[in-house]
Amino acid sequence: MAEEVVLLDFRPSPFGMRSRIALAEKGIKYEYKEEDLRNKSALLLQMNPVHKKIPVLIHNGKPVCESLIQVQYIDEVWHDKAPLLPSDPYQKATARFWADYVDKKIYDLGSRVWKTKGEEQATAKKEFIETLKLMEKELGDKPYFGGESLGYVDVAFIPFYSWFYAYEKCGNFSIEAECPKLIAWAKRCMQKESVAKSLPDQQKVYDFILEMKKRFGIE
Amino acid sequence: MAVVKLFGAWLSPYCYRVIWALKLKGIAYEYIEEDLSNKSPLLLQYNPIHKKIPVLLHDDKPICESTVILRYIDEIWPQNPLLPADPHERAVALFWIKFADDKSPLISKLFRTDGEEQQAVAKECFEMLEVLEEHALIGGKKFFGGDEINMVDIAFCSVAHWLGVIEDFAGLKIFEPHKFPRLNSWIQNFKSVPVIKDNLPDTDKMLALLKRRREMLLASKSS
Repeated sequence: MAEEVVLLDFRPSPFGMRSRIALAEKGIKYEYKEEDLRNKSALLLQMNPVHKKIPVLIHNGKPVCESLIQVQYIDEVWHDKAPLLPSDPYQKATARFWADYVDKKIYDLGSRVWKTKGEEQATAKKEFIETLKLMEKELGDKPYFGGESLGYVDVAFIPFYSWFYAYEKCGNFSIEAECPKLIAWAKRCMQKESVAKSLPDQQKVYDFILEMKKRFGIE
Repeated sequence: MAVVKLFGAWLSPYCYRVIWALKLKGIAYEYIEEDLSNKSPLLLQYNPIHKKIPVLLHDDKPICESTVILRYIDEIWPQNPLLPADPHERAVALFWIKFADDKSPLISKLFRTDGEEQQAVAKECFEMLEVLEEHALIGGKKFFGGDEINMVDIAFCSVAHWLGVIEDFAGLKIFEPHKFPRLNSWIQNFKSVPVIKDNLPDTDKMLALLKRRREMLLASKSS
């Protein structure tokens, strides 16, 4: 049976990027559908009735929601190429722990950096950098979080690199100055076609953020 | 033989998730109760990032975050599987486990807030229950896992037991059986499963501790 894979997505979404990367790593052909988040398609509402959010992966008509669950699903179903999760259960648990950490911290703290100002922003910046430094420590001397090749944590985390320029401009700070090893890791990931094709240009993300700020009346 | 240790706290639903998984798989373990107001150096060493329980120690290797622990247990000890084998069914199960993980903190937030803030949290709790009633329990299944409980049932334990206790304590009425018939059946079924029934924190003990904690919270807020 021919495999039918559809991804309902939104280009600037770091969560959507995770699934794009996973699909590209596995060489899976799929149909990409860009959603207008202010006018969500009937298909999106049908496939993700609980959250009504992107990304949604639709495989042979069946939806998978939540980006990390999609990455795990893609890794399981197309297991013969480019494994993303380690096979050792303890290493797998470690990878899941760090992907969960990225989920708990990076998006929210980053959002606070671009959405707030003054004291609130200063606090958010401080916590954000602390979080990045912790990730840097976990990376250590490895080329990737996954070791010698791109793994689950890399896929979970690298999308946020496309938002770094926006965070830096809004927060008036330099991430590279604070976390040079992390930026080196990010650039290493960007050399991979699967990543480079899946991430939008940083300037475009910044333009999107500026539009969001205008729309929501944030200075 | 590998040694399994569990660092937990008797009041925590996240701790019970791990206890039930270990018991369902028939795994012997040593339980270490942590005083959360005075965390042990060992706990801080094993979970330096979050400094929380539960922490599972297997062969001296720590695993943190209850859902990560549950998946680890399910992989190391495959008997009595806690997740479906089919990848899509598993993805659906993981979706609901994430939903439980994201929403369960609301239940303890009910206890830590009052007035308008508590009303807002209560409304969010109600909406969570509505989602479960409408989307998660369709098909007339006895459990989320079908005929037997699985990781999804375990993940929603806060709804099954902790919510009722906190409601009683705070004088709230969010869950009502006639409003949530499917959820009500599930709660009754879940709490009848022997491994769950025999391993739940005592309600009176919980109420007494909640009362003490609430007094401490209010005292620190006004000081």
